[in-house]
Amino acid sequence: MTAIEERPANPAAAAENRPIGFGRLQRKEDPRFIRGKGHYLDDVVLPGMLHGAMLRSPYAHAKLISIDTSAALAHPGVHAVITGKDLEGLNLAWAPTLSADVMAILATDKVRFQGQEVAFVVADDRYSARDALELIDVEYEALPPVINARKALDADAPVIRTDLEGRTDNHIFDWEAGDAAETDAVFARADVVVTEDIVYPRVHPAPMETCGAVADYDPIDGKLTLWETTQAPHAHRTLYAIVAGIPEHKIRVISPDIGGGFGNKVGIYPGYVCAVVGSIVTGKPVKWVEDRSENLMSTSFARDYLMHGEVAATNDGKILAVRTTVLADHGAFNATAQPTKYPAGFFHIFTGSYDLEAAHCKVTGVYTNKAPGGVAYACSFRVTEAVYLVERMVDVLALKLGIDPAEIRLKNFIKPEQFPYQNKTGWEYDSGEYERAMRMAMDMAGYDELRREQAEKRERGELMGIGVTFFTETVGAGPRKHMDIVGLGMADGAELRVHPTGKAVVRLSVQSQGQGHETTFAQIVSEEIGIPPEDIEVVHGDTDNTPFGLGTYGSRSTPVSGGAVAMVTRKVRDKARLIAAAMLETRPEDLEWEKGRFFVKGDPSQGKTIAEIAMGAHGTVTLPEGVDGNLDAEVTYDPPNLTFPFGAYICVVDIDPGTGVVKVRRFIAVDDCGTRINEMIIEGQVHGGLTDGVGMALMEIIDFDEDGNCLGGSFMDYLIPTAMEVPDWETGHTVTPSPHHPIGAKGIGESATVGSPSAVVNAVVDALQPYGVVHIDMPCTPSRVWEAMQGRHVPTAGV
Amino acid sequence: MQIPAAFEYARAESLDHALQLLAEHGEEARVIAGGHSLLPMMKLRLANPEWLIDINDLADLDYITEEGDTLRIGALTRHVSLLESDAVAGLFPLVRDAEKTIADPLVRNRGTIGGSLCQADPAEDLSTVCHVLRTELVIRGPNGERTVPMRELHRGPYETSVEQNEILTEIRWPIRPRSSSAYTKVERRVGDWATTAAGACLTMGDAGQIEDVVIGLTAVGLDGGTATRAEDAIRGQQPGEELYAEAGRLAAEDCNPVGDQRGTEAYKRHLADELTQRVLRKAVERVNSTAAARS
Ligand SMILES: Cc1cc2nc3c(=O)[nH]c(=O)nc-3n(C[C@H](O)[C@H](O)[C@H](O)COP(=O)(O)OP(=O)(O)OC[C@H]3O[C@@H](n4cnc5c(N)ncnc54)[C@H](O)[C@@H]3O)c2cc1C
Repeated sequence: MTAIEERPANPAAAAENRPIGFGRLQRKEDPRFIRGKGHYLDDVVLPGMLHGAMLRSPYAHAKLISIDTSAALAHPGVHAVITGKDLEGLNLAWAPTLSADVMAILATDKVRFQGQEVAFVVADDRYSARDALELIDVEYEALPPVINARKALDADAPVIRTDLEGRTDNHIFDWEAGDAAETDAVFARADVVVTEDIVYPRVHPAPMETCGAVADYDPIDGKLTLWETTQAPHAHRTLYAIVAGIPEHKIRVISPDIGGGFGNKVGIYPGYVCAVVGSIVTGKPVKWVEDRSENLMSTSFARDYLMHGEVAATNDGKILAVRTTVLADHGAFNATAQPTKYPAGFFHIFTGSYDLEAAHCKVTGVYTNKAPGGVAYACSFRVTEAVYLVERMVDVLALKLGIDPAEIRLKNFIKPEQFPYQNKTGWEYDSGEYERAMRMAMDMAGYDELRREQAEKRERGELMGIGVTFFTETVGAGPRKHMDIVGLGMADGAELRVHPTGKAVVRLSVQSQGQGHETTFAQIVSEEIGIPPEDIEVVHGDTDNTPFGLGTYGSRSTPVSGGAVAMVTRKVRDKARLIAAAMLETRPEDLEWEKGRFFVKGDPSQGKTIAEIAMGAHGTVTLPEGVDGNLDAEVTYDPPNLTFPFGAYICVVDIDPGTGVVKVRRFIAVDDCGTRINEMIIEGQVHGGLTDGVGMALMEIIDFDEDGNCLGGSFMDYLIPTAMEVPDWETGHTVTPSPHHPIGAKGIGESATVGSPSAVVNAVVDALQPYGVVHIDMPCTPSRVWEAMQGRHVPTAGV
Repeated sequence: MQIPAAFEYARAESLDHALQLLAEHGEEARVIAGGHSLLPMMKLRLANPEWLIDINDLADLDYITEEGDTLRIGALTRHVSLLESDAVAGLFPLVRDAEKTIADPLVRNRGTIGGSLCQADPAEDLSTVCHVLRTELVIRGPNGERTVPMRELHRGPYETSVEQNEILTEIRWPIRPRSSSAYTKVERRVGDWATTAAGACLTMGDAGQIEDVVIGLTAVGLDGGTATRAEDAIRGQQPGEELYAEAGRLAAEDCNPVGDQRGTEAYKRHLADELTQRVLRKAVERVNSTAAARS
């Protein structure tokens, strides 16, 4: 024995129940993250690399009179200063958004939100670049801003988008789902109708790593290599080709390790484009990384939905219909990311988990002088807003009828035998067993005991609240016939190669921002073909080295890319069967599969492992007709439908009656994401999402003052929850596989963020029953809670 | 990464050296202690000093010493030392109450009491603590040392009577028998600056009456830092819920809160009332329990 102990190469492999396939497994990528060896965008350092810095507008709305860059250009170390005028020359001052609008890369005519990009400096280092920003002299003429979305459509509202031909107002779109007349008829004959105005305020994904890019344009061979913090490298490559006119094969987008995305890193930001132009202009690589305030003030926000909800029901609590009108604040440019047909994302799943007779929604999008973007922050394309609306409204109804919130939900659930369930706004829910999940959460919580405790506490003047929520998500966008983003179908590719020694590499079109793809996707391959997960390399985030696909957002990686990986592995397995048959000199149909091995039916000793078959394929075995000498395959998976994860959440809060401070005491989360690939990763996703949810419910908001100054531009103002604000999560699960997904998996990335805010707010409102509070808008800060106790509503400044 | 403007940097080797450097580099030279207020301001370019005079090597400004009826604190004493000191907690429990709520461990490991007081942020918790403890401050300048009472330290938000060529060296807290104190803060999240906070220190008389009291409020625009009308109203009285309520009411009347993201004006005023009552109740409890423990 030597002094140094022998250690297994992979600690996971040493664990007793090392799974071949699905199961609890430590993440393969974690050793590098834990040891500080991740490779993030800011770790990209190229020879001769220059640095960019962005000048931003201090005004929310102003005319751009002039820009003088001479002093900045004269600053030591400065190589270039790029303005909107310069970009106009390249036809790049404006670029298409993901929502059929255009957005300014650098302002030319006006600035339309505080923090908008005005000029870009390229210098030797970050310090010179930043210093030079101070030397750019911009003359603005302030214009009245539109901050309150409710006033955006007033006749006298200033027109923000004067760049668009013939624009006379700030209206973007009207969009409806469901049957208005049918819904009105149900409402007309209902015993009770409850209504409430519910604001889902503007929040921000605030990923730990801010956005950035390193552009390296090679003038000799005309190839652009672009490192970006992007959740969708392939879509970006295509867009750059279309917008910048660089041929697509001459663009390589690399998305290195990403420190959190949450939707914030789906779109193309002006900084990326400026880095590219900077590299073309200077002939050197250019790095641009935004700082925290730039990230919070200018990149994709989330929510900002002003909703009016209505529920019609019978006196005994049977919900008949839900109706809602929404004013959607899209900021200065309509740059939300969602499938083309759905300008309000998947908001029309606001029918929730309930069997309704009718439903209708109307969403109106408006421009305001705020940062553009939207549909970010782990929201499954606005499912978050939808769930929040319906789950708050069901509580409003329960309160009105004096029915327990858990009971009213149990009464109205879609029943297991009703699946696949056609809802009233066009969705086909794939599968669900709602009551089972709800009962499990209630058991875990000790629901009846909690209600007893609450009653006792109320007697003593103590404020304890129990919030109940049940959500259904719609994720895994989506079928090509219905869903595209800027014309690109929402399918995903996967490519698998089994090497001669039986190890494998799988290439994905999606890109992880921390979700653990390198582990989950290795486990899917492993489950299907029996190669241990540690023997499977997962390659992603590099357009030159992975198949095309639309990327990671809306919880779509497992539902779509996971489907692709399962299918490609099955294709390889089918091929392996042919080769094994040749090797065993038998017919393919006479072989039986057990994980990792084909054997002859009735004679298990006669068999070939995948490694043996791989060696055979690449070796000298005589292959059957039409089979080439490898064990590789490629597929593109077009999902037949979305998947519908669901869950039951119960939150217990205590409120200090003297200060309004809310303490989340317990949180019980029962999730059903169908087949569970890796419990550990699922729990991690749930823990993170619940923390997000507590943050939105209690403290997060991007608000504005009346001049349009962003009030959430730093972490001193934009509060993110810490371990101190959250309880020990109590998680549980049920498993209702998706019937149409190759492995029955539904996706879990956003469930907890979608489901938890309403659980917390419902608990806060429940606690405040002695004060007759029916609704309180997020974030439930101590001040807002106390004001609600006084019977006052605190509006957010923009609303 | 947020980037400050360019600046020069000098590391002081002694207090005299620091004073000399301040004199030498003039108006645009600033002392840097923990840097947890100054550096963020520089990164946001709200402060653009040309010279930073680093006093972190002046270990002789980092101490907590009891001397007679005074507790002397060196200006370079870190939040963490104040938080962890049992001597401080024994004499002035409000210091630990306050320190527990200031920022987070990273900030507390570096930030100093001197920096906190010289920053003169209206939401600085230690300012209220020092008001409540009737603090005396020792300031050194080119012409020697002077002492000022706490109420003369702050001239307004972010403005102190410590001149550019001077350094705050010591914080002195008078120790009084039969006294105790308490501090409580409402924040939106752990580590947030106060929405409102209150501190009180009181001395009990032989007959169980409140012999002396100081009440301070944080972040609500209280003139002079203390709620004198409330103090006057309860001085000499027997403690009790009605008295606390009266003090709370007067303290709330005398503050001038501004509504913002942390809370509405009405809410902050309410907190001034509620928290004043809480710290009085707690401080009385503490005097009584130490008295009980002694007898
Ligand atoms: C994230 C965060 C959260 C925070 N939360 C809170 C909070 O909840 N409550 C709270 O009270 N504080 C809070 N703070 C502030 C913290 O307490 C700082 O440590 C403190 O304000 C400044 O101390 P410092 O030693 O870091 O001072 P520095 O930043 O070094 O200096 C501050 C100012 O004081 C001057 N100065 C420093 N020392 C001297 C001296 N001896 N003589 C003369 N001038 C001097 C400097 O020139 C400068 O102008 C927070 C800070 C951060 C970063």
